[in-house]
Amino acid sequence: MVSGAGGGGNDVQWCFSQVKGAIDDDVAEADIISTVEFNHSGELLATGDKGGRVVIFQQETENKSQPQCRSEYNVYSTFQSHEPEFDYLKSLEIEEKINKIRWLPQKNAAQFLLSTNDKTIKLWKISERDKRPEGYNLKEEDGRYRDATTITTLRVPVFRPMDLMVEASPRRVFANAHTYHINSISVNSDNETYLSADDLRINLWHLEITDRSFNIVDIKPANMEELTEVITAAEFHPHQCNTFVYSSSKGTIRLCDMRASALCDKHSKLFEEPEDPSNRSFFSEIISSISDVKFSHNGRYMMTRDYLSVKIWDLNMENRPVHEYLRSKLCSLYENDCIFDKFECCWNGNDSVVMTGSYNNFFRMLDRTQRRDVTLEASRESCKPRQVLKPRRVCAGGKRKKDEISVDSLDFNKKILHTAWHPQENIIAVATTNNLYIFQEKVN
Amino acid sequence: MDVTTEAKQIMVQALSKMYSSRTQRGGLRLHRSLLLTLVMKSARDIYHSARLTSEKTGQSDTHGVTESTSQAEEPMDTTSSTTTPLRATATQAIEDGQRSGLEGHSHLHEPAGLTVDKENCNPARMDRHSRKRRSKTATEPDFLPCKKAKLEFAEVRGILQASQNNSANCGRALDSLSLVPMPRTIVTF
Repeated sequence: MVSGAGGGGNDVQWCFSQVKGAIDDDVAEADIISTVEFNHSGELLATGDKGGRVVIFQQETENKSQPQCRSEYNVYSTFQSHEPEFDYLKSLEIEEKINKIRWLPQKNAAQFLLSTNDKTIKLWKISERDKRPEGYNLKEEDGRYRDATTITTLRVPVFRPMDLMVEASPRRVFANAHTYHINSISVNSDNETYLSADDLRINLWHLEITDRSFNIVDIKPANMEELTEVITAAEFHPHQCNTFVYSSSKGTIRLCDMRASALCDKHSKLFEEPEDPSNRSFFSEIISSISDVKFSHNGRYMMTRDYLSVKIWDLNMENRPVHEYLRSKLCSLYENDCIFDKFECCWNGNDSVVMTGSYNNFFRMLDRTQRRDVTLEASRESCKPRQVLKPRRVCAGGKRKKDEISVDSLDFNKKILHTAWHPQENIIAVATTNNLYIFQEKVN
Repeated sequence: MDVTTEAKQIMVQALSKMYSSRTQRGGLRLHRSLLLTLVMKSARDIYHSARLTSEKTGQSDTHGVTESTSQAEEPMDTTSSTTTPLRATATQAIEDGQRSGLEGHSHLHEPAGLTVDKENCNPARMDRHSRKRRSKTATEPDFLPCKKAKLEFAEVRGILQASQNNSANCGRALDSLSLVPMPRTIVTF
């Protein structure tokens, strides 16, 4: 059943599994999905939205008698993580939109995740309660206190099963450490610390300590007029607890070692690719800004996403175009603001395939071993159970073949910014504006 | 599209986007503001070099990089004005901007990377061609809101007319613009 380490881009046939969210064409702004993340086992899938809510889905335990029926994800818990706030000093509203969710590795029965908006990070504990004590001496079943004079016997309260209740409670609130807008959080492999990054600074926190954080990167110039780049994403190395990377709006990635010094302004390694001069345009700076950076699971590679491509870095950098047909449309994309869209990217379990989103509810899978790509679509039209997704093709110009869609017909309001890949299986979660699609590998 | 026209359009759009992001929920986004500033700079540089090229091909030698009489009303003489967006909301945004003042980031008197852009303000060359006073051009780059920004009605009208985004609101916007003193800063971080 399980394909083993989630491999294969083009060998795998993807089919529809589920879709979550309202069917309405009229999208409520609060329902816009802003982050998607599987936990470390893949059993839980969390989404955050613009309204500050977190919804967690749980994979049902597989039905052994029906191997064709892959386990489904059903709602496990929903809670309001962040509320809108107002900064009176700066006369600014702080949006409740959840920018990122990151799960902590599971240590006991409860699950923990970090969720963040622009300014505040919260640690949430999600725990199950499936039994409750009954038979109190001093209390009725509904909680009212009994008249002590009526008690004539003593009994020992016992635990009795109850309907499963999933509780989410905020355990820590990490606030007031960021002047600028938080774009990333990343849990360290030591499972004790995590980093949070805003436009100009990266802070290191201890999960137990909320009133203090250490600033480890600060790129704010003494004179703000000299500002030329900002931090766009940051992540800890999956195994080396001293190593992290951060990407910039200039298209560079810096690898930093916390053992080198307390303030990691000086990188250990800088990765950048010089721009092809033939591609230079008005928009070169915007499109080279990196919107996401992710280490591969094995920690050997890094992947970055800029506006038009995905790049996989190690000593040899692989450059994979995502939607090169947009290069000639940059002027219109600038006009309608799409050029500022921040796409994320993700690795599959064995680091052989990477995935990222595009427009028209298309998403791309780029196979590293076979150097082949496929474009798929998340749409309500392909919503029949186990319906296989057909590869889509975009026609950049000239004669449009049958089944191709021309660049000008693409719907730029339908964008897939957030995607996630199950850490072990070929199950993917793809977020359109307000719907979450779950696709899985076709099993025969 | 002509490169200079495209450059101008991009600059106008950048300014309009900057203004509208002031009223955005969550406050001004540093990253976005920076990217818009860089686009403006790119467009301005390309505009300059395109104009220089066209000058060299002998269109006219009596006009500075910021002026041309070969086309109707195209005084890109923005040392003392800004290429203002045309929507009426821009005016509102200006007033809002003045009221809200500091927005949690220190003021940028000029967008990053464009401070007293000496490479684009060659005083000697400007002297020869420009009719502006030397001190102004030497210290103040084109296309930027300058600290002592003074909106000259005729220049704004010219820019607005030349811009392809002319709309019916143009006249109304102009009237309010001429009455409102321009803010010192456009981009605040």
